Amino acid sequence: MGLDFDKDKPIYQQLIDLLSGDIIRGHRKPGDKLPSVREFAIEVGVNANTVQRVYKEMEAMELTETRRGQGSFITENEDRLNLLRDSKKVDLVKSFIANVEAYGFSKDEIVELVRREIQ
Amino acid sequence: MMELNNVKKAYGSTKALTGVTLSLETGKIIGIAGENGSGKSTLLKSIAGVSPIDRGSILIDGIPVSRKHAERIAYLPDTDMFYSYFTVEQLLAYYNSQFADFNETKAKEVLEFMEVPLSSKMKNLSKGMRGRAKMAATLGRESRYYLMDEPFSGLDPMVRSDLVKGLIRFTDLERQTLVLSTHEIREVEVLLDELVLLKAGKVLAHRQLDEIRDETGMDTVEWMTKVTKAGATV
Repeated sequence: MGLDFDKDKPIYQQLIDLLSGDIIRGHRKPGDKLPSVREFAIEVGVNANTVQRVYKEMEAMELTETRRGQGSFITENEDRLNLLRDSKKVDLVKSFIANVEAYGFSKDEIVELVRREIQ
Repeated sequence: MMELNNVKKAYGSTKALTGVTLSLETGKIIGIAGENGSGKSTLLKSIAGVSPIDRGSILIDGIPVSRKHAERIAYLPDTDMFYSYFTVEQLLAYYNSQFADFNETKAKEVLEFMEVPLSSKMKNLSKGMRGRAKMAATLGRESRYYLMDEPFSGLDPMVRSDLVKGLIRFTDLERQTLVLSTHEIREVEVLLDELVLLKAGKVLAHRQLDEIRDETGMDTVEWMTKVTKAGATV
């Protein structure tokens, strides 16, 4: 395999986004074991040091836990996972609004359209 | 760790390295970039110990580089250094006879991964297949350091992508370090921890790739172009 990366954002950041996305979508569940650094590096086609950094940052973000000698696991802390979902929602909506405003559409007209499209 | 201190090298009146000072940590994949004639090949040859330097010093794990110590480093030159009548299998046998650290099983594993037939003669292989075979022979060595001079040069994108995958799979950064020179920065970005940019035989910049993207908001190629241009006035 191998992934396409955006060229102006650090690769480790893009991989954190990818794994966070997997968690939000439920592709990776609370308590699931992440692949080993080496396996994941080969799977996504990046340098193992980059994956090492991804795992370290995700642990610092309390999205994963390292169990000694066993590897990294997705946290089972519901509060933390809800926070992740919420912040993703806010990010998506904010970037949507920024896009729409860049075209000069009014907020009312967009809210109205979103309501209609969602039904 | 590789430590270069004020390394100078000239071929006759042509200055190739004009004072390179550089420190490279172990366990990283480091790219060496720069325009043609910036000194990339000479730098790698000097570190590999296959070409003596005029001035300065190069220490690898604290020991000065010399032809005698070339053993410690698996060096892949950009030229074809093989007898063209060798089959791929004979090439491996040759490597086995030359290098104490050669692991034939690993080399064959790499060849299999890259789908290179063992029985083909080197001269009958396409350029892409030859590139894969050369890389397999080099990765077959269990060296602490791999030095590769333009391993992707002249190869099509599919071959380059196979070689990148092979490098990820068959190097172990917990005990190995890889230094490679390349023009194809865009395609090997996923591979690199750090980039050393050379110009006119000197180090213009030495940065971590994440830092470049984080701090400048530029992609690596954009950054390189900008730094090289700015460096021209110095």
